[in-house]
Amino acid sequence: MAKNYRKYKNKLPESIMDEIKEKTEGMSDTRVNKVLKEAFNEYRKMRVNSGESVGLVGAESIGEPGTQMTLNTFHFAGVAEMNITVGLPRIIEILDARKTIKTPMMEIFLKKPWSTGKNIKQLALSIKESRLKDILVDITVSIVDSKIELKLDDEKMKEIGIINSKVVSALKKQFKKASIKKKDDIIMIKHKGKEDSMEDVYKIKEKIKDVYIQGIKGITQVLPVKRNNEFIIISAGSNLKKILKLKEVDGTRTTTNDIYETAGVLGVEAARQVIINEVNKVIEAQGLNVDMRHVMLVADTMCFSGEVNGITRYGIVSEKASVLARASFETPIKHIINASLAGEVDQLNSVVENVMLNQPVPVGTGLPGLITKVK
Amino acid sequence: MTAEIYLNGKYIGEAEDPITFIEQFKSERRKGSISFNCNVGYDEKADTILLNSNEGRAVRPLIVVKDGIPMLTDNHLKQLEKGELNWNDLVKQGIIEFLDAAEEENALVAFTEKELRTEHTHLEISPMDMLGLCASLVPFANHSPTPRVNMGSKNQKQALGFYAANYLVRMDMDVNLLHSPQTPIVRTMMHDIYGDQNHPSGQNIIVAVMSYDGYNMEDAIVINKSSVDRGLARSTYYRPSVAEELRYSGGLVDEIGVPDKEVKGYKSEKDYRLLENDGIIYPEAKISEGDVIIGKTSPPRFLSSLDEYNLAAATRRESSVAVSHGEKGIVDFVLITENEEGNKLVQARIRDQRIPEIGDKFTSRHGQKGVIGLLVPQTDMPFSASGITPDLIFSPHGIPSRMTISHMIELIGGKVGALAGRYIDGTIFHSEKEADLRKELLSLGFRENGVETLYNGRTGETYKAKIFIGNMYYLKLKHMVANKLHARARGPIQLLTRQPTEGRAKEGGLRLGEMEKDTFVAHGASLLLKERFDSDNTRVPVCEKCGLIAIYDSHKNRSYCPICGDNVEISNIEMSYAFKLILDEFKSLCVYPKLGLANKY
Repeated sequence: MAKNYRKYKNKLPESIMDEIKEKTEGMSDTRVNKVLKEAFNEYRKMRVNSGESVGLVGAESIGEPGTQMTLNTFHFAGVAEMNITVGLPRIIEILDARKTIKTPMMEIFLKKPWSTGKNIKQLALSIKESRLKDILVDITVSIVDSKIELKLDDEKMKEIGIINSKVVSALKKQFKKASIKKKDDIIMIKHKGKEDSMEDVYKIKEKIKDVYIQGIKGITQVLPVKRNNEFIIISAGSNLKKILKLKEVDGTRTTTNDIYETAGVLGVEAARQVIINEVNKVIEAQGLNVDMRHVMLVADTMCFSGEVNGITRYGIVSEKASVLARASFETPIKHIINASLAGEVDQLNSVVENVMLNQPVPVGTGLPGLITKVK
Repeated sequence: MTAEIYLNGKYIGEAEDPITFIEQFKSERRKGSISFNCNVGYDEKADTILLNSNEGRAVRPLIVVKDGIPMLTDNHLKQLEKGELNWNDLVKQGIIEFLDAAEEENALVAFTEKELRTEHTHLEISPMDMLGLCASLVPFANHSPTPRVNMGSKNQKQALGFYAANYLVRMDMDVNLLHSPQTPIVRTMMHDIYGDQNHPSGQNIIVAVMSYDGYNMEDAIVINKSSVDRGLARSTYYRPSVAEELRYSGGLVDEIGVPDKEVKGYKSEKDYRLLENDGIIYPEAKISEGDVIIGKTSPPRFLSSLDEYNLAAATRRESSVAVSHGEKGIVDFVLITENEEGNKLVQARIRDQRIPEIGDKFTSRHGQKGVIGLLVPQTDMPFSASGITPDLIFSPHGIPSRMTISHMIELIGGKVGALAGRYIDGTIFHSEKEADLRKELLSLGFRENGVETLYNGRTGETYKAKIFIGNMYYLKLKHMVANKLHARARGPIQLLTRQPTEGRAKEGGLRLGEMEKDTFVAHGASLLLKERFDSDNTRVPVCEKCGLIAIYDSHKNRSYCPICGDNVEISNIEMSYAFKLILDEFKSLCVYPKLGLANKY
């Protein structure tokens, strides 16, 4: 039995071998052998032939459905508060590897017991970035003694789980020179030090409104939802680093749709997976059918240098070896001048250069050469 | 409340009471003390009065309404009919006035007289006048979606017809004339207004809505060949050729006449055979590609070079006007005159009869255009019990998605009109009612819904389905395949790049573009791709030492490098001429493109 498996050990990938082992448990030797043989033949058939222009076929396979996407005008989805970029703009955003994306989003998975729905609303709201103005009912300036009085909304405070003293300490942190007093449910602020002109007081008033109270910076909206019998939190805005530090969060499954953030926090391999997932999400939402491997190839190309590069003239195109290929994309003059200054040599190894020279391109039938002995 | 007043955008003053001011302005205009070309608009929010009298504003006429009663009375209409009043009188009397966009903002316009209330300020003269000329030529247009009406009116602009009665003495470029044009049976008010009787642009033909062996799928149409033989949609294409005796510096002139054989660029005797002694072709001469219409020679281009080589007999250049590639015809009319500068001017008009053929474009007036897919002899066309065969078969698949109901109503209307011997009014919003048309069709002895039992022209079997058949006004459009068909195997190339020329007029190649190239690469058809791009392939001698292009001296049959001299290896390299060109351009920019030569394998 083991002999059979050993024979195919390096011929089939491990994951397939494991699956076969599991499925063929208890079968006779000859049958197992037959299964392995079939599996190997099937696997060999599925492999890409050498000389196949995978990149171009991938580009066409993603590009063709892309032209249909432009025609569909469903580029935004969701309710008014939570807009998500989808469709062609999102694809462009991903493939260009934009540093700041239009609608950053997170899917925050939770550990038990929070994932069963315990205090889910409070948890969500505590994650959300809150500023003073969110819990403010009234703010008045007394002109006589240049005092600012704040009145807070108790209900809203309860909702996001914050108490008066916390607000006061947050204010104290921000305005170290001011005296802050609490009287019943009114907070009084008086600026010490220099003589305050009215203008300054009003400036402070505006500043107070923006005082950070609690939550995670960058998370502008939260939405607890139930997915597959467990509660997760979907957020608009993204801050992976800080979210992962929370004790309630299941860091192994929590994701963001920001490629750069993922690359920074979890590394380039995770970024590659985010690219694949995000592109697939768009393609699936549009009801299109693109083979996974094309997307994977694109993601690999974007990430193989160890950092995320977009498919732009600054990204992976600038890494092309051939001067002529780069020049035939955008900004030809720049590339030619730089190449002439550095004395670059074009080895003519790729498609575009050879089309320009009218030489057979090194793919498919252009790949093999015929060698004969000349007497 | 004082409102600012602007005249043509410039501040001129203020009005204490804007409403009274405007009312006064309007009444003065209606009296005629202010020109009817002036308009006044009131912007309530900004509290400004906008007076406009400048040119270029779009204005439209409306009937003035006072207290819910239109100023235009039956009395006026009677006087108009008798010719005692005209349009300008009505404008002068303040019964009809022109509103611009600004004044329209303050007006409440009733669509019909019925809906008039006291608040209304104006009444539409006719609902039709919200459409332009072309759009109002679409019959029953209120039964079709707007985009289709729009397309229908666009198509009518391209229709062949009878554009001018003096066409025989005109020398217009690119003229098409339809033979035996007809005025439509189903017409709109606009047809009478613009004089369609004098300038018809289509023909009333029998249309059946059915499939014919799939030759009318995807907007194709099947046409009765026998109808075509009888002259259906036949047209003539006119195109003048022009030659001028231009004057050049040094007293040199062009000369119209049969060129001498010594002339530079002399074509061949055969090409000049149709010219008479004055160098101009005779009328009714049958001409085809390459034949010279007007013989002409021009003085040599560079005079100085002549002196140098002392060639006394100046070799003149051939500059005749010949029939261009792919064209043919008959000389229709020859005109000899002079231009503004007094130079001799010769024009020869070529005529070519265009009989409908597969690929010619036709349309009804409802944005239902199509090209001929098949010409079928009458013997094979379906026929009805009364012996009617359709001239044209239109595919039913063109109807549901486009929702052109007006197309189908016209078919019924045309049938009624043809049978009853009268015109049918299809004016938008007050056309004859569909129900009435159906009733009349029934009384004429046909099914009220326009369908008939048809018989297969080839087998004689009855079709299981009843076929919707009737009379429609069809237009032949100016896009004819004869002007568009193009193919090339070999042909002219561009001087600079040595690549094939572009466009049909220059007998150009059909481009295999970037994305088409990608498909070859995707299939791995590398060598086929190379072959397709071989059109500008060249062999270039390259110096192996300096990597620059060397020179081949065919007299001495040797190659040498202009930089490294004779004693270097020089290899011939195949490359596209475009690449050789870019290497030259690099050199002109002081970039050294050094070619490194090595064996590929």
